[in-house]
Amino acid sequence: MTTATSSRRGAVLRTTTSERGDRVLELEGRLDASSTARLWRDAMAAARAAGDRPLIVEAGAVDYCDGAGAALLAAIEEAAEQGGGRFELRGLREDLRELVALVAPSRQEVAPPPPPPSFIVRLGRSGIQTGRDLHRLVSFTGEAVIALASVIRHPRRLRMRDTVAIAERAGLGAMPIVVGVGFLLGLILAFQGAIPMKRFAAEIFVADLLGLSMLRELGPLMAAILLTARSGSAFAAEIGTMKVNEEIDALTTMGLEPVRFLVVPRVLAAMAVVPALATATSLSGLLGGLLVYRSLGFPTVTFINRIVDMVEPFDVIGGLLKAMVFGILVAGVGCLRGIETGHGAQAVGLSTTSAVVSGIVAIAVADGLFAAMFYVLGI
Amino acid sequence: MSKRIEQEPIIRVEDVVAGYGDVTIFENVSFEVLRGEVFVILGGSGCGKSTLLKNMIGLYRPFSGHVEIDGEDIVSAEGAARLRILRKIGVMYQQGALFGSMTLLENIELPMEEFTDLPREAMHRIASSKLKLVQLEGTEHRFPAEISGGMRKRAAMARAMALDPEILFLDEPSAGLDPITSAELDDTISRLARTLGITFVIVTHELASIYKIADRVIMLDKEKKGIVATGTPVELRDHCEIAWVRRFFRRETASGEVAA
Repeated sequence: MTTATSSRRGAVLRTTTSERGDRVLELEGRLDASSTARLWRDAMAAARAAGDRPLIVEAGAVDYCDGAGAALLAAIEEAAEQGGGRFELRGLREDLRELVALVAPSRQEVAPPPPPPSFIVRLGRSGIQTGRDLHRLVSFTGEAVIALASVIRHPRRLRMRDTVAIAERAGLGAMPIVVGVGFLLGLILAFQGAIPMKRFAAEIFVADLLGLSMLRELGPLMAAILLTARSGSAFAAEIGTMKVNEEIDALTTMGLEPVRFLVVPRVLAAMAVVPALATATSLSGLLGGLLVYRSLGFPTVTFINRIVDMVEPFDVIGGLLKAMVFGILVAGVGCLRGIETGHGAQAVGLSTTSAVVSGIVAIAVADGLFAAMFYVLGI
Repeated sequence: MSKRIEQEPIIRVEDVVAGYGDVTIFENVSFEVLRGEVFVILGGSGCGKSTLLKNMIGLYRPFSGHVEIDGEDIVSAEGAARLRILRKIGVMYQQGALFGSMTLLENIELPMEEFTDLPREAMHRIASSKLKLVQLEGTEHRFPAEISGGMRKRAAMARAMALDPEILFLDEPSAGLDPITSAELDDTISRLARTLGITFVIVTHELASIYKIADRVIMLDKEKKGIVATGTPVELRDHCEIAWVRRFFRRETASGEVAA
């Protein structure tokens, strides 16, 4: 009985049974990755079919064999051994024989991979991890506060040039987008507000709605979210890259605390620019709203009068105060994520992502706390 | 002028056990570095050479043991005491770790700005002279990204010397450099050790450098988790009782061939 499989690129497998009942696999031609791929299934099936009968591989006509071919020969040998029959490799050229010997599976028992940890173990580990994260957060906050206090006591210790440069990048650089987003936000809010109000002929109050929500809530919130996206991520990436490049280590061994050196200027810069950005967002939002207001047929002066009437000074001050706190949170979280960066380029990506996500979460939580606090205080 | 090595130790490492997390990389490592010598820490990949260096400069805290620098323990030092020790050392990191947003001159001036009241003009002058020490005149206003890897390492060495430290720690100075650049760096190291009397602690596995610059070598081993040999390179090549250490210094592989 003879069956033959041939591969287009010149390797042939012939399966025969000798007179004595031995299974014979004849291999011929070039055993490279592509030809071996075509022969593999048939060759292995034939090898397994041999069972406990002797299996002989005639490889005298193999004129080339690379790692894939060697792997095939090693796999056939292993299959034969599992079947319990004798295995013999005949006629393979000496140089190719050496290659096959290199690939042959080692006879040593390969240790099984360790079993995955149980639920309890994983729960414990994640508990420990959370505890460590919390510890880091607390100690980072403490260090940052101490560094800030020492800068306030000795203003000369502040890296003024860095702080100004960062404020410029995070503040002036963000102005166009903040103004654009604020304008659209005002426009949309006014439109959406006008639709239900029209039913009650109350479009005139669109100005009240807009003034209060922009100045008190949306301006600071939008500015802070944009700061997270633009600068929180940038802080994490900058500091993370410095960590990967051992620059943080270099600072430490120079005796310069990274927190004072890198975190304080960023936090101060963010704290200073977010109120300005929030104001810009609010004002451009009001401008967008004004456009809609005028298209509803009211004069500009009505718009201004209604807002001045409606909005209390504390609404504005509270908004700015919130903006300042958001700035501190966003910058602090961005820097913390940067300092926590592990090794390699992927780690920088991870900390950037997590800076944005935790920044936004921090803003949402703080905003909620502010809302509750303002409510309790009755302002 | 020949180099003067005093018999008084400037660094004393005592029974240091260190590693990461739960993993101990080496145990009970003790040795002394003498004032003025070029001391090389040697060993295969993963044996903890860089970890040992980072424990010596106070970047990591060992699990146990002491590292004394000029008589003061850096492991337990905090605040002003720690700063006093750090002022005595300079570190050159594997990739240089220059601050990318600053020019070379600003990089070198940074520690002076932070720790001295020197006027700006004096700082410029000193920083330029440090660059000259490592043969980098004319690159003052370049950024780290604009110069080659070898120049970056020399600039990092100049920065490490900004405050005239007594000890310079170098982490794999020849890693990633071509043989000629690496040899030039070795010349710079020898010259600084000879003329300024700086003590060098160098982590490397570049054999050519070791023969040229090292006064004394310790060899760490991953299996033994500690120091397996101490001596001059020639002593270790000819007389070390461990065969693989002798082979290492002769550049031989286990089968007796000499590696290129």
